Amino acid sequence: MYPKIPLTVNGQNQEIEADPEMPLLWALRDIMDIKGPKFGCGIAACGACTVLIDGEPVRSCSQPVGDVEGEITTIEGISEGNELHAVQQAWMKHSVPQCGYCQSGQIMAAVALLEENPAPTDEDISDAMTNLCRCGTYPRIKAAIKDAAQTLGA
Amino acid sequence: MSRLGKYTRRAFLGLGVAAAGGLAVGYYFYQKPYANPLDANKAEGDTPFNPYVMISADNTITIIAPRAEMGQGAHTTLAALVAEELEVPLEQVVVEHGPSSPAYFNAAMFEESAPFAFYDESVLAEMARSSMKVVAKFIGMNVTGGSSSMTDAFVKMREAGYTAKFVLLKAAAEHFGTSEDNLTLANGTITDTASGNSVTYGELASKAATISPPTEMKLKKASDWKILGKSQKRVELKDKVTGGRIFGIDVQLPNMAYGSVRMAPRKGVGLKSYDKTAALAIPGVKDVVEIRTIAGEGLGVVADNTWAAFKGAEALEIEWDDPLSLQNTDQMWSALENALTQEATFELGGTGSDAEVYTSIPESEEVSAQYRVPFLAHATMEPMNATAQHDGDTIGIWTGTQAPGIVQTVVAGHFDMDSADIDVTTTRLGGGFGRRLEADFALYAAVVAEATAPNPVKVTWTREEDTQHDTYRPMAIGEFKGQVTPDGTLKTMDMHVASPSIIQSVMPRTFPALSPLGPDNTVLDGAYNQPLDVENQRCQAHVADLQVPIGFWRSVGNSINGFFHESFIDEAAHKAGKDPLEFRLAHMTSEEFLPAREALKRVAEMSGWGTPLPAGKGRGIAHVLSFGTWTAQVVQVDVTDDTVTIEEVWAVADPGIVLDPGIFKDQIMSGINFGLSQALGQEITWADGQVEQANFDTYDAMRMYQAPKITVELLENSPRMGGAGEPGTPPSTPALANAIFAATGKRIRQMPLSNEIDFI
Repeated sequence: MYPKIPLTVNGQNQEIEADPEMPLLWALRDIMDIKGPKFGCGIAACGACTVLIDGEPVRSCSQPVGDVEGEITTIEGISEGNELHAVQQAWMKHSVPQCGYCQSGQIMAAVALLEENPAPTDEDISDAMTNLCRCGTYPRIKAAIKDAAQTLGA
Repeated sequence: MSRLGKYTRRAFLGLGVAAAGGLAVGYYFYQKPYANPLDANKAEGDTPFNPYVMISADNTITIIAPRAEMGQGAHTTLAALVAEELEVPLEQVVVEHGPSSPAYFNAAMFEESAPFAFYDESVLAEMARSSMKVVAKFIGMNVTGGSSSMTDAFVKMREAGYTAKFVLLKAAAEHFGTSEDNLTLANGTITDTASGNSVTYGELASKAATISPPTEMKLKKASDWKILGKSQKRVELKDKVTGGRIFGIDVQLPNMAYGSVRMAPRKGVGLKSYDKTAALAIPGVKDVVEIRTIAGEGLGVVADNTWAAFKGAEALEIEWDDPLSLQNTDQMWSALENALTQEATFELGGTGSDAEVYTSIPESEEVSAQYRVPFLAHATMEPMNATAQHDGDTIGIWTGTQAPGIVQTVVAGHFDMDSADIDVTTTRLGGGFGRRLEADFALYAAVVAEATAPNPVKVTWTREEDTQHDTYRPMAIGEFKGQVTPDGTLKTMDMHVASPSIIQSVMPRTFPALSPLGPDNTVLDGAYNQPLDVENQRCQAHVADLQVPIGFWRSVGNSINGFFHESFIDEAAHKAGKDPLEFRLAHMTSEEFLPAREALKRVAEMSGWGTPLPAGKGRGIAHVLSFGTWTAQVVQVDVTDDTVTIEEVWAVADPGIVLDPGIFKDQIMSGINFGLSQALGQEITWADGQVEQANFDTYDAMRMYQAPKITVELLENSPRMGGAGEPGTPPSTPALANAIFAATGKRIRQMPLSNEIDFI
């Protein structure tokens, strides 16, 4: 039937059987039952499905699972035990989420941004954070990223 | 974890016949209370005190917040109402949406849907409001909409907390053999100050439930509030920063199939013929199911994963039977233009009596303008989806809905079943904005689930399906005319709005048995009911059916008429040669318009209104009263190289009473960005009977790089409580258009503004 595809997700090696063309998003959600990455558009336009592959932000709705090379990190994999990632803590401190649906993707995009640029300016944030939020939480997202940058840099 | 989730599905059923035992007190219901739905749901050791409070032997305190949590923070503030009176910190309670039950009807939403202005306290207006309340109870509308959750719950949920506290104190007095005066409450524990001994609410619960509830409600004074009136952390915050499985799309049930739909372009278009060969040839696709419902016709695809279902739906070859005469947007504009030439369908509000004043305006004193807005999609981040399971005589539905009662009614109607046999579990919503007041997504899932029975199926729409099968914000034309006398007074204002009727579109889909009564005031909301002193005012609706399903979209008619009305006032101010702020203040001098005046004055101070700006920059101002909240905004733009940057927005909102300033301000901010998103390019257009936009590449919304700095302040001058979720939206678009005029001299009267000027 389907070929076996080896994947490393949140530090765990596993093998799934799937059509290699299946987007990584649906392999995560429907096959591996990892529900943090959300479906928003299917054309890499909104970013709700953002995950990291070897630290790079990837829109998993448009990434064939058979072509994945590298370690996948979803939002389920960024906290250490009960200790939330600094970006998640900043999101809570600034009460960023409203409906919350886009926020897994926003947080993953922010984690990737801060890995690459530990002290982003407003313009850096606007350039990197292209994920859509229909609740319009952008000012809170911006403030939380700056806060997390301080925490991570400290 | 969901506490109610531990109960069997069976326990959710049969609410209509649940015995009203225990403490199902009915002090807030009009005559005979509904049964307490929690009696049917309780587990061993649980004591339901009333439909909102349940306390377990282990002192777990569960508060039912029976409104959709779609980002507006309703669960947090509803729980705070109960927790305040119950004397427990919010961190200590578990908040659940609770089962779908008529006990949780929303009277406030219906009350404000009577066709009278918010500030109209005439006998007739009060009578209409109270009759709508009775209607809401009759229909058992457990609905989240109209920015009404807090107004509706403000008294009854505090009373629910007070009632439980009352009997717990009595039980504690008996327990300690002392008087209530010697008892103190804190953190779910009651302490006897004489002995220093304590007992938890949980230990007292079963005894307390046998004590008669109070006959008189002695609610705390606002000055004694510890939780209300202060910003709280949202109760579901952690779930939302950890990718929690809280949305409808995250539902996972044993043996669940996955599905999607391909529906006819709109209601009224039939499924003529189809070929499913190509769809069934896609690996993973199991079945193709016909869907024929009151919401629409089409096909459902069943597969073993969502992606296969999407591919299967795309591969279907379908021929539609389309008898509808209006096939493209130009024809629809013509229909509205034609309606404007016809006698009005109805009129609302209005002052002065002589119709002649509108035809005898001297040309030199006339100001007139025509404004247009297009159809808009809701574009919630979470596409429509629902999970359904046929289980013998019942149907289970798991979905993010703003109206579980409507889902029950519509699904029951389709299968000729009793509403009580449709069991709806409401998840968190990845955005609602009014879209999830509809039942179509749940109904289609229920139809597909008939084919997968006894196994459940989760039916997820593609973004394209979602965009092209919305119940749209109506397109509309506003034809406004006024007389500005030489002294700069707006003496006459004649407003004509051509639009389809939302209520006429919604009712046959949701309550097919009821016929809509009276005028649909949503057509004129934001025009006829604004704080404005003008000697002669007329506001007429010209209703035309455009054969397109339309629905409630964040702020509804106010999103249309707010733009028309506040753009027009700006034009009248310029005609009068007056500052737009001063002109507004001069035309809202009536005593009851004080909240509008104060909001405008404060927003002017905040924004530096009247101070000079560099060339290329401009400020625009607007005020709209909607959902009981008076909202003034100033938008500042920069226009460089013919490209507009929305730099900053200042807003002042007055809802009378602020229950959570942080959440309220966030809602105003959200409403502003939602409103401004329209201007940047949103429009739904039709060609050959199909919607032309499909995904975020053709129907986008504001992004981070376009988002302005926003500052919000709140006032509490209004005599009655208003809502939070919607009032931020209506003033944003006229304030923006007025700012562009101030910066460039270019008056744009049609949305999206991006059709006439570029935005970054």
